[in-house]
Amino acid sequence: MSTLTLAARDSSTMVRRQLKRMIRYPSMTVMLVAMPVVFLLLFVYVFGGTLGAGIGGGPYVNYVTPGILLMAVLSAATGTAVSVAMDMTEGIVARFRTMRIARGSILAGHVVGSVIQQFLCMGVVLAVALAIGFRPNATPVEWVAVAGLMGVFSLAMTWLSVALGVKAPNVESASNAPMPLILLPFLGSGFVPTDSMPTVLRWFAEYQPFTPIMETLRGLLMGQPIGNSAIIAVAWCAGIGVLSYIWAKRLFNRS
Amino acid sequence: MITATGLRKSYGDKVVLDGIDLSIPEGTIFSLLGPNGAGKTTTVQILSTLIPADGGTATIAGHDLARRTDDVRDAIGVTGQYSAVDKLLTGEENLLLIADLKHLSRRDGRKKTAELLERFDLVDAANKPAGAYSGGMQRRLDIAMTLVGDPRLIFLDEPTTGLDPRSRRGMWQMVRELVRDGVTIFLTTQYLEEADELADRIALLDHGKLIAEGTAEELKRLIPGGHILLTFTDTGSLDAARFALGAGVPDPDALTLQVPGDGSVRSVRDLLNRLDERGVAVAEMSVHTPDLDDVFLTLTGQKTETTA
Ligand SMILES: Nc1ncnc2c1ncn2[C@@H]1O[C@H](COP(=O)(O)OP(=O)(O)O)[C@@H](O)[C@H]1O
Ligand SMILES: [Mg+2]
Repeated sequence: MSTLTLAARDSSTMVRRQLKRMIRYPSMTVMLVAMPVVFLLLFVYVFGGTLGAGIGGGPYVNYVTPGILLMAVLSAATGTAVSVAMDMTEGIVARFRTMRIARGSILAGHVVGSVIQQFLCMGVVLAVALAIGFRPNATPVEWVAVAGLMGVFSLAMTWLSVALGVKAPNVESASNAPMPLILLPFLGSGFVPTDSMPTVLRWFAEYQPFTPIMETLRGLLMGQPIGNSAIIAVAWCAGIGVLSYIWAKRLFNRS
Repeated sequence: MITATGLRKSYGDKVVLDGIDLSIPEGTIFSLLGPNGAGKTTTVQILSTLIPADGGTATIAGHDLARRTDDVRDAIGVTGQYSAVDKLLTGEENLLLIADLKHLSRRDGRKKTAELLERFDLVDAANKPAGAYSGGMQRRLDIAMTLVGDPRLIFLDEPTTGLDPRSRRGMWQMVRELVRDGVTIFLTTQYLEEADELADRIALLDHGKLIAEGTAEELKRLIPGGHILLTFTDTGSLDAARFALGAGVPDPDALTLQVPGDGSVRSVRDLLNRLDERGVAVAEMSVHTPDLDDVFLTLTGQKTETTA
């Protein structure tokens, strides 16, 4: 077998392993989906009246859904860090490493499995949002663009959490490491526009990576102007993704 | 099957392996015996391609460890000190996973899995997640996973640590069966009894150095201290025996005589013949050969953990 077919075969075996684990342990996925859904309901029904009135321009659910979509990705990414850390601490990776298998297949299994899980989470969030009044006006092409952007964002966050998972000394700290990321949609344009924030916070909110991503999503879904947000968003995702990929590989090969 | 010269490994300032030489013939059981922290796991990790050595060379199953790592991996199976099963998957799924990674065809993978479940008495538990298995069952699954690709050389790092006596006997039985099939076994243990029971050759590892190597018999011969203990029914016999043998330490209260000797059949027969000639009746006799515990004590001046 050539190196390439071997790599493909081992990686698909590892992806199947991850999917089986997900099916075997559905409460994990349910927990990961529940977090963004709870935030969605909380913000739309509890704070939505006030916030929506402040922002103006249609129901608040239309404003908040893009930020919640990012939270769905981040929530699932936390699960990835935990799952990677579990693997690293439980000896099964040591077994894989004494076998003649493609080097990258172990992490590839985690990454592909995780991206699938994240899209599942986003699907659920989107369904709930639509059910409670989210009314996007995106064209099919714009939907494809949304999926593409969420794809690169999801890959970036997955590699980042894989690196955090490999680095974590135990499962506990792996579950805490990605937590700060979950705050980022709040400290950006996820829940309120940045120009309503105090100066220092506004500066941070405008330049942090999640804001252009949410602005682009909002533009694509609701037909608002996007400006140069799209380019910045993709650049951030690519940058975070590539650096995290290198970092994760290095950590994994060293451990 | 394994030849190693001058293996070294350090973590920072700490020297973990300080020049290990090994030579293990095919189809034998080799046991690396040593207390906790001696460097057993590190040796296994190096020989099984998990970590690189800082120095030294090794040839495994005819392949250079550093240069032909993939060929070495094809030939070996490893059961580490800690369980290496996927706890979320069932026993059967774990075995099928390894079969896929060993690149067996689907059919061969299923066949091998069924065979191993049967052999390791896991058929009833095949569809339960491995996380729900008892310690002994997880060990058995672990070893079954190691056997999926029919490796010619198997590393077992402390395979019976933490097992109850019954599971331990089962494990010994399994190791013997494997060797009958021509497999070579590299086994580490802290238990002297285990090495004595299983191994063709034993090496004693202490603080990263091999301090002795040989068969259990050879190691036992390294140290003095063997004796034969004779028990009599009365003081008259005790004195007569002492006179007849011209040696030994009597204990008049216990009516025993302790005669130095290596415990070989010849020396025992010789001793009994001499007593017979004088018509001395012996009530009881026991032969004490030094055990590996004595060997360790003599060589290192430290006591090791024993199963006793
Ligand atoms: N990754 C590591 N980093 C630092 N020290 C280590 C590492 N692995 C093992 N050691 C040290 O090396 C010594 C030998 O360890 P090990 O090979 O596990 O011994 P054994 O298996 O005989 O109990 C121990 O003192 C241990 O603390
Ligand atoms: Mg050990």
